[in-house]
Amino acid sequence: MTDDPRLLAQPSSSKELFVAFTLLALQGFGGVLAVAQRVLCEQKRWLTREQFVEILAVAQVLPGPNVCNVALMVGDRFFGWRGAFAALAGMMALPLVIVLMLTALYVQYATNPAVSGALRGMGAVAAGMIAGTGLKLVAALRSNPMPAPVCGAFLVLTFVAVALLRWPLVWVILALGLVACAYAWVRLRPETATPGQP
Amino acid sequence: MNGTMPVDLLALFGHFLLLSLLSIGGAITVAPDMHRVMVNQMGLLTDAQFNASIAIAQASPGPNVLFVAVMGYQAAGLAGAAATLFGIMLPSTTLALAAARWGHARRDWRAVQAFKAGMAPIVIGLLFATGWILSAQTSGWHHVPLTVAAALLVWRTRVHLLLLVAAGAVIGAMGWI
Repeated sequence: MTDDPRLLAQPSSSKELFVAFTLLALQGFGGVLAVAQRVLCEQKRWLTREQFVEILAVAQVLPGPNVCNVALMVGDRFFGWRGAFAALAGMMALPLVIVLMLTALYVQYATNPAVSGALRGMGAVAAGMIAGTGLKLVAALRSNPMPAPVCGAFLVLTFVAVALLRWPLVWVILALGLVACAYAWVRLRPETATPGQP
Repeated sequence: MNGTMPVDLLALFGHFLLLSLLSIGGAITVAPDMHRVMVNQMGLLTDAQFNASIAIAQASPGPNVLFVAVMGYQAAGLAGAAATLFGIMLPSTTLALAAARWGHARRDWRAVQAFKAGMAPIVIGLLFATGWILSAQTSGWHHVPLTVAAALLVWRTRVHLLLLVAAGAVIGAMGWI
């Protein structure tokens, strides 16, 4: 894993993007985000954790499946619209075939207790994997212009509003997001934004 | 709708185009409206088929949005899957691409940097919320230690994620959670 953008690698072609996103998607049971973070930041080193969080922020705020938006933006960053299409196609093509085949199978085995138990176990792990990815990405907040306690407060407030109070996501993002971005904007005043420079 | 046509694919496609632009946080956030249209209004799916679509996509590798294709497939075969999946993807994909380019071209702007910095803790908070909500979908508390263990292993070790999923499947199939 690297947090230094200068140490990053690059995919060699749209084809490599397609293959990488296909393999990544095939490992993602119950959600691909945990796998995407690990593959893109740690194995391929195409993105730093900070860049991943930035891309994820845009992906979360916009409509559409988050991981698909991430694939699109990562692909676009390296190879323009060809890369975007390759990454998104990789993410969806083979998993689509598999899920349609599973649909045919599921009808026969849905009532089998071992099958429903296995699904429950996989669901429990998937929930843990996404929370574990969150724990890992907390480190990316170190370089945030907002002080750590403020970052922590926004993080906790978001969790409470969405997970515990079950408020609609759109309003939580709008309200908390506006306050957080406005505060970050103040913190990024030109004289404090680049302290080390002449 | 005329009675000679079994499924009005165009209406289905059009409705999913609209839902796409509302699906902030993922397609699952507009699932209640899909239920309203496909189950109650158009009568294309039963309740059981609707719920199974989401369960199948979650247990299957790949992005969860594929549950939309499963719904279309159960309603009208491959043409139905194409109508719902392209409908849900087309507008959001176009918008995401345009927004990403707009932001990347202006990445030195103070407002763009403030957006990235301000949203970062919120995005990470949303990941914890997603983990919590997914975990709460399963009734009881027997699965919670497994969820916590998976979170700690992902955070602190490099254990292969497929290994974790396989372990979860075995533990679940044995009836231990």
